[in-house]
Amino acid sequence: MKPATQLEPAPAWSEAGQHAMSAQASHDDTARFNFLANFNKYMANVVVAGNHIAFEHRAGPRWEQSHGRWPADRREIRAAMSEDPYYRMWSALRRTGMEMRQQAGRSLVLPQAGALRDRAAALNSGRDTLQLQPTPVPRYQSEVDNHCMPGGYFAEYFDGDVSAAANYDAGMFATTTGLFGQFLDGAGRGTANWVQAVRPDWQPKRILDVGCGLGHNTLPLAKAFPDAQIYALDTAAPMLRFGHARAVGFGIHNIIFQQSNVETLPFADGFFDLIYSTMFLHETSHSALRNVLREVRRALADDGLHLHLEQPPYHNMPIFEQFLRDWDCQHNNEPFWSALHDTHLPSLLAELGFSQDEIFETEIHALVEEVMPKVGQEVEDYGRGGKWYACGSGRINDRWSP
Amino acid sequence: MTDPDKLQQLINAASRGKRPHFFEDHDVDRLLAIVWAMAAELAVTRERLDTVERLLAEREVFDRGAIETYRPDASAAKERGQWQIDYISRLLRVLQQDIDAMK
Repeated sequence: MKPATQLEPAPAWSEAGQHAMSAQASHDDTARFNFLANFNKYMANVVVAGNHIAFEHRAGPRWEQSHGRWPADRREIRAAMSEDPYYRMWSALRRTGMEMRQQAGRSLVLPQAGALRDRAAALNSGRDTLQLQPTPVPRYQSEVDNHCMPGGYFAEYFDGDVSAAANYDAGMFATTTGLFGQFLDGAGRGTANWVQAVRPDWQPKRILDVGCGLGHNTLPLAKAFPDAQIYALDTAAPMLRFGHARAVGFGIHNIIFQQSNVETLPFADGFFDLIYSTMFLHETSHSALRNVLREVRRALADDGLHLHLEQPPYHNMPIFEQFLRDWDCQHNNEPFWSALHDTHLPSLLAELGFSQDEIFETEIHALVEEVMPKVGQEVEDYGRGGKWYACGSGRINDRWSP
Repeated sequence: MTDPDKLQQLINAASRGKRPHFFEDHDVDRLLAIVWAMAAELAVTRERLDTVERLLAEREVFDRGAIETYRPDASAAKERGQWQIDYISRLLRVLQQDIDAMK
């Protein structure tokens, strides 16, 4: 735990990258995000550490007294800690912080939602690279709003609305305290860098980003492989409209943003050379996860490569860290979070028929601008850092270190 | 979207899914949410005032419109962030005391 005086403040929100679809923030909008970013930073660097002390000195011993033994897994730690006043306060603050981030984003974006819609429509007009078609919202997305985002990725308050995406885009820089980079593309840049390292001189012709959201992690692949055709798929129309307009604003034209449920990929067998996803699998479900990976296998070329970035799985992780990382499942509307992180993805890939000797696990770090904070220099805020576990399969060399 | 009451309601909308309570008395959760929102708004005001002061110092003239377009340079941004950290530390004093007492 660092004394507060030695903490490097979070980057100011005014340092977030501006692009063609950025919402226009007032001074107060900006200041709200500055408060939230530094609050998150303080929570991660100072407050979270008290949980471990509370467990070791108070909640753990109390549990031991009544059960005759120390808590044996993350569920028992949670049961013990749910009684502890320190954990309660940390949790309540963390939850209300997530809600305030949504309120701050919505109060920025909703009053200008009409102007954002018009801007997106102008940028998207006359282009065949935005392909929207009515797509039912999957149940695992309609039951709860992921990470406390009112209306989820899908809310459309009028035709052509992009406010859900504009809010997501505006707030993430504060939530992640700049660790994903000025344009939130650190995971995509890390992935592109990884592909170029494990397959030097490889030029994939067709690339698929599964569950692309607003395409912030699609753009780096499009830039790294300018001759490739990139497909960015998502079920949420507001994200795709916004993402396509944002990409056009950057002068990037080799991405097709297509509305589609990735449990059934509308592509021929072996169509893609490279398929990847970033922080997507945990927002699906048991059956959807299997469906998606089955489809990845079908649509991937024989010598293709695929990779999925996620927060680290729970196997081999200390149970107290599992308990902290699992907080989002119970308290931040991430219903599939626990199950995904309990899944041994290499075994699942093997079970689904991916070639056993080509399945790998690795680690990818966010690549960010010089002025942004770097993963290695930062304390981990469980579930929000710019460092990912990745699992996939395909022929790769062994020359990768994150 | 143009009705101000409707807009404010949308801005403050809850997300689907049960809101967790962490305290036995749920009013404590509510109270904390209010207190923390106040803390945020005080920070917002403080940041605005900071901007006014910096602009006054820079230009020796008060220009309200300039506040909206003010962009702190790297060192000002760092100082402001540091203020946020100190401020949060001040508000969360009871947690610091908890940690100290548990050691």
